[in-house]
Amino acid sequence: MATLLQDRPAAARPARSPVAGRRVSRRTWLLLAAAVLWLLGFLLLRGTGTLALPASELTDLHRSLNRFNGWIAENRDGNPVFMYILTPLRSAVGLVAGFFMAVFAASPTGEVIPVLGWLGTVAVLTWIAFAVGNIRVALLTAVVFTFFGIQGLFVDAAYTFALVLTAVLLTLIVGIPLGVLAGTSNRVQKVVTPVLDFMQTMPTFVYLAPLALIFLIGPASAVIATVIYAAPPVIRLTSHGIRSIPDNTREASDSLGTTGWQRLHTVQLPMARRTIVMGINQSTMAALSMVTIAALIAAPGLGQVVVVALQSLDVGTAVNAGLAIVLMAIVLDRVTTAASQRAEPGARRARRLSGRARYVVLAGTLLLTFGIVQVSRTILWAAVFPARLNFGAAISDGVTAASGWLQANLYFLTHSFRESVTVGILNPFQSLLTETPFYLLVVVIAIAAYAIGGWKLAAVTTFCLAVIVSLGLWNDAMVTLASTLLATVIVMLLGVVFGVAMGRSSRIDAAMRPMLDAGQTMPAFVYLVPFLGLFGATRFTAIVAAIIYAAPVAIKITADGIAAISPTVVEAAVSSGSTPWQVISKVQLPMARKTLALAANQGLMYVLAMVVIGALVGAGGLGYDVVAGFVQSSVFGKGLAAGLAIVFLGILLDRITQAAAATPGRKPGARKT
Amino acid sequence: MSRTAGLLKRSLPAAAATVGALMLLTGCGGAAVNQSAPGAAAKTDCGTVNVALNAWVGYTADAAVYNYVATNKLGCTVVEKNLNEQISWQGFASGQVDVIIENWGHDDLTKQYITDQKVAVDAGPTGNVGHIGWYVPPWMAAKYPDITDGKNLNKYADLFKTSESAGKGQVLDGDPAFVTNDEALVKNLNLDYKVVFSGSEAALIQSFRTAEANKTPLLGYFYDPQWFLSEVPLVKVELPAWTPGCDADPEKVACDYPEYKLNKVISKKLADSGSPAAKLATAFNWTNEDQNSVAKDIQGGMKPDAAAKKWVDANGSVVDGWLK
Repeated sequence: MATLLQDRPAAARPARSPVAGRRVSRRTWLLLAAAVLWLLGFLLLRGTGTLALPASELTDLHRSLNRFNGWIAENRDGNPVFMYILTPLRSAVGLVAGFFMAVFAASPTGEVIPVLGWLGTVAVLTWIAFAVGNIRVALLTAVVFTFFGIQGLFVDAAYTFALVLTAVLLTLIVGIPLGVLAGTSNRVQKVVTPVLDFMQTMPTFVYLAPLALIFLIGPASAVIATVIYAAPPVIRLTSHGIRSIPDNTREASDSLGTTGWQRLHTVQLPMARRTIVMGINQSTMAALSMVTIAALIAAPGLGQVVVVALQSLDVGTAVNAGLAIVLMAIVLDRVTTAASQRAEPGARRARRLSGRARYVVLAGTLLLTFGIVQVSRTILWAAVFPARLNFGAAISDGVTAASGWLQANLYFLTHSFRESVTVGILNPFQSLLTETPFYLLVVVIAIAAYAIGGWKLAAVTTFCLAVIVSLGLWNDAMVTLASTLLATVIVMLLGVVFGVAMGRSSRIDAAMRPMLDAGQTMPAFVYLVPFLGLFGATRFTAIVAAIIYAAPVAIKITADGIAAISPTVVEAAVSSGSTPWQVISKVQLPMARKTLALAANQGLMYVLAMVVIGALVGAGGLGYDVVAGFVQSSVFGKGLAAGLAIVFLGILLDRITQAAAATPGRKPGARKT
Repeated sequence: MSRTAGLLKRSLPAAAATVGALMLLTGCGGAAVNQSAPGAAAKTDCGTVNVALNAWVGYTADAAVYNYVATNKLGCTVVEKNLNEQISWQGFASGQVDVIIENWGHDDLTKQYITDQKVAVDAGPTGNVGHIGWYVPPWMAAKYPDITDGKNLNKYADLFKTSESAGKGQVLDGDPAFVTNDEALVKNLNLDYKVVFSGSEAALIQSFRTAEANKTPLLGYFYDPQWFLSEVPLVKVELPAWTPGCDADPEKVACDYPEYKLNKVISKKLADSGSPAAKLATAFNWTNEDQNSVAKDIQGGMKPDAAAKKWVDANGSVVDGWLK
């Protein structure tokens, strides 16, 4: 589950020169040669050099990685790193998390009534939403948090909220200074970027168990895991915001003789403010999705409800809790977005209330909030959500009935659809990848990489593939790659179809947005069970789950790209008699080419982020190794190696798609690996 | 930091005011509702016991009864922690878990935490016996009666072909938390099958459920006791019987899985403390029927605590035996 937005400087663009035409033809020629070599090798040498490793077997490397767990356990008590750094860090994080949990959810001593009752919590959060955003998001906050109570999930939701809040605060304390450093210093940027890549592509399942070993089970580990996962977006966007300030602005301030520090806080930070707040938004969403997964190391909250429900295949309960997570994501997104709009330079003037009037209103509502808090601390119905308003069971039962009906009546349809896709496309493609000798495939991919991005890219890809081979997981990696690429192609098809529709019509856009938000934030655990019912435990199910998660981001990016095309260009095309189809294929898609490439890159990264989740429903490959390593200490080392292999596969795919996007000519994405 | 970010500037005083107000309220709200929570059963010679809750319903049943007795008869404070098995064992080392009330084998973890690190001790059998093996849905056992003999599996391999199994019959494996010998079994018994990893228990259960509902063939790894068997009584396929030592070399296994005498594991800390909770954990012992009756109530929607109370009330003499 990678971040919601990765922002990297576009890969070095090869110089455009008069020979561009010749370059393209040479590139095509090279790609063709690679394809021919691949096919020939597959036909002649099929089944040799596949490096297959049965699921229960380990290599020596995996065995030595296995010892990592034991080593930590032995060293926790005596080692100074633990005594002076890790243990105090854990206590500090635990203290902050404990404070917020006591305020919103329940005190750590086990009392079930929080410092603020539910009514008080709703009042305080509504007021904060009003203070940083506007009246609309404040109302949304009040309605949604009250709805949690109606779902019978108020306490769980409050736990989740408290953990997200703790994690986001820590993320900002760490992330913004790091982002500023990376934005102002090229050297820091160079060191930080690969680390962030690593943090974002490493599957969370890999480091969850070791983290629980280092920081112990419970909220503190959960928060730390969440910070690791949620910090990259805010660091990247802070750095990006500072870097995209126009040179002449900077020079203007320099010519006035500002010092570095003055420049930072009078020019750079204010001008980058909106991008930074966008980073906070992205980090918040990432934190919410991670807090759910952290339920596996005993983080309290909605994630627990989902995970426990999954165990007994209770679809209704899982969907009820999943709905609460989606709603919370929407509230957090809308409030932080409103805050970022408020942070926009010039927004101040457009406001309806003048500065002083606003402060009066804020103070008045704050007093009201205190009153409500006092009520909820003294009256039981305002402290604990009344049980007779709890409709959670009704929601669960309805969903269970609906999902049962779907599974009973659609199975044969979905079953034959799955069979035709798997047998017709996935199986041949996968055997093309897994049964070609590994050395040949490495050469083929290197040639393709050279054709797309030159020597540098060829070297990077060869290195990544070499790492995967030496991790002993080549065959599993190819299984994963086959499903990943197929899923990405479908994601891009959906991205173009729905993205164009949304970009052309704001009504379709408005109708689609909530669904896309839900697809992105609904924890995958929730829909795995109904999908299993429809498609069985197969790679196809995993692909469908990946598409649900990845398509929204591809669609959103494409829609933004289409909508950003200047209307005059489109109008010119329409007035010169183009049909809508011609406008789309000849004007809008070509002009949004760069955005499409970005969508393909992000879609691919999102699909890759679902590799491990997919393994829970039959994807096999690297994901399965990671899952097994998480639950079985004897294969921990193999899981760790598989996590690394996923990281290197991610880097490889990322660099190739970026390079393909940067080179001129041809449609991006229509290229073989 | 005056103009750093408008958002921070606005929200910081707000947050500070909120926190300040909270503190004020904590001071003055003397009669707040949450002051009355603890203090009901404070017989403190037992103290606090951290019980790992592994998620399957059989475990939940064991834990519910243990926790109910420990809380209501011994006055212990029980803290339940939802964890998977591997993480639960880690909790022994870090002192965060005191009791695992139903353990399935796990030789590797036993070696690491009981033999090597000496942070946990075996607290004896739960009285439940676990069977791991290959199972088929009941409709298949009825239609093909000889399928339950492992020797006939090759005859039926074609039935079990799927898009995932590369032209062979499919053996569906489940929860990766369990050690399986299935790949070795297929090889050493010369079966025309391929092991496919579903990746989770949920996937396995859902697959069996679909297979029975739609009368589609399925052969898979499963285990008893498990709540799902009361919904769909899967039928076990007999492989060559287990004999001591036949599974010593994981590469050469050609026999069925052994019976698992499920046991309890408690932390060394708890065992040494002489707490009545440790004594209760050691004495806890019941039958598969007992467990299934509680598990069924829980699966039917009863709260674990209520299901435990129902069983304890009906089996007072058994519980008294544990507390002696």
